[in-house]
Amino acid sequence: MDTEERLRAWMLQALAGDAPAYERFLKALAAHLRAFFRRRLVQWPDAVEDLVQDTLLAVHNQRHTYDAAAPLTAWVHAIARYKWIDWLRAHAAREALHEPLDAEGGAGELFAHSDGEAAQARRDLDQLLVQLPDKQRLPILYVKLQGLSVVETARLTGLSESAVKVGVHRGLKALAARIRRPA
Amino acid sequence: MKTDDLIHLLATGAQPVHRHALARRFVGAALAGAVLAGALMALLFGPRALTEDVIDPMFWGKLVFALAWAAGGWVLLLRLARPGNTVARALGAVALPPLVLAALAAAVWVQAAPDQRLALLLGSTWRSCPFNIALLAVPALALGLWALRGAAPTRPAAAGAGAGLLAGALGAAAYAFHCPETAAPFIAVWYVAGIALPTFAGAVLGRRLLRW
Repeated sequence: MDTEERLRAWMLQALAGDAPAYERFLKALAAHLRAFFRRRLVQWPDAVEDLVQDTLLAVHNQRHTYDAAAPLTAWVHAIARYKWIDWLRAHAAREALHEPLDAEGGAGELFAHSDGEAAQARRDLDQLLVQLPDKQRLPILYVKLQGLSVVETARLTGLSESAVKVGVHRGLKALAARIRRPA
Repeated sequence: MKTDDLIHLLATGAQPVHRHALARRFVGAALAGAVLAGALMALLFGPRALTEDVIDPMFWGKLVFALAWAAGGWVLLLRLARPGNTVARALGAVALPPLVLAALAAAVWVQAAPDQRLALLLGSTWRSCPFNIALLAVPALALGLWALRGAAPTRPAAAGAGAGLLAGALGAAAYAFHCPETAAPFIAVWYVAGIALPTFAGAVLGRRLLRW
């Protein structure tokens, strides 16, 4: 099976609620993204893992925008490219003028390489997580970090079950927003 | 946080995502925008076209033009809301209605006596028409931008313009129920101008509001 078929199959399972398939998908994606950003950020190797994490978070937060009939690689490539250009604008606008944008090919190039060596990001998401309000932080802590069910988390926090789901969803979006605009 | 930990965090307890979640959000926004444009028209201007004994055929012409352009804007907007879509064909759907209208208007213009032409172009309401259409488009534009904030447009200005085009065309469709003008050259200039205003506003607002 080629990369597109394999990743797309996992993604469709993930969208149906299959967490192990989702984890496999994100791991494979992270390796491709790492190679993709490493070649684009030759002058800023420290930023590669930050951008890998930003893009994974964006893929997660925007997974409802994936159209099951469209190629997955094109969808991911567009997100990765958007995050990369966003990063260039924010952190390196001046230097970027000397670097041609996307000199190489499209989605095919992103998935032609892979780098599975996960490194520590320079920016610490744990630090950002701590800053979230309780009604977002606690659901993420219990559901996402400790693996408790939504029902158990609702009982522990006194929040309703739908408030727990909304808290996780909004919390991860707030995390992405804090990455864009550090407080 | 290590990337593997982030991946584990994202995958743990991941909820299923409804297949049509995004489309439903945009359908809701467009329907609400259309209803609000109609309500504003009834409230501020009055539905003149429906109260007259004989409905002018050009009323249907205006309505078909506005709705066809709204359909083009809708297709463009939905494609721009998702990352990785090409928009060449959607742009074709957007370009067609004004081109057909322009051809019709040119034919009317050429056939008219030279001293009649200015009246065909300006009618009696050219000063207010574009602004009235833009006013009726305001709620639909706000709703379109709201829907886009729940999506992932990688071209924020273009996506905002798409929302503005849809809103403007819905505003024009609503305004057609009030508008007394019947000449194609008038519609080709002032309706298009009225739709262009929210399109431009959408592009400017999109650039500012649609980062993610």
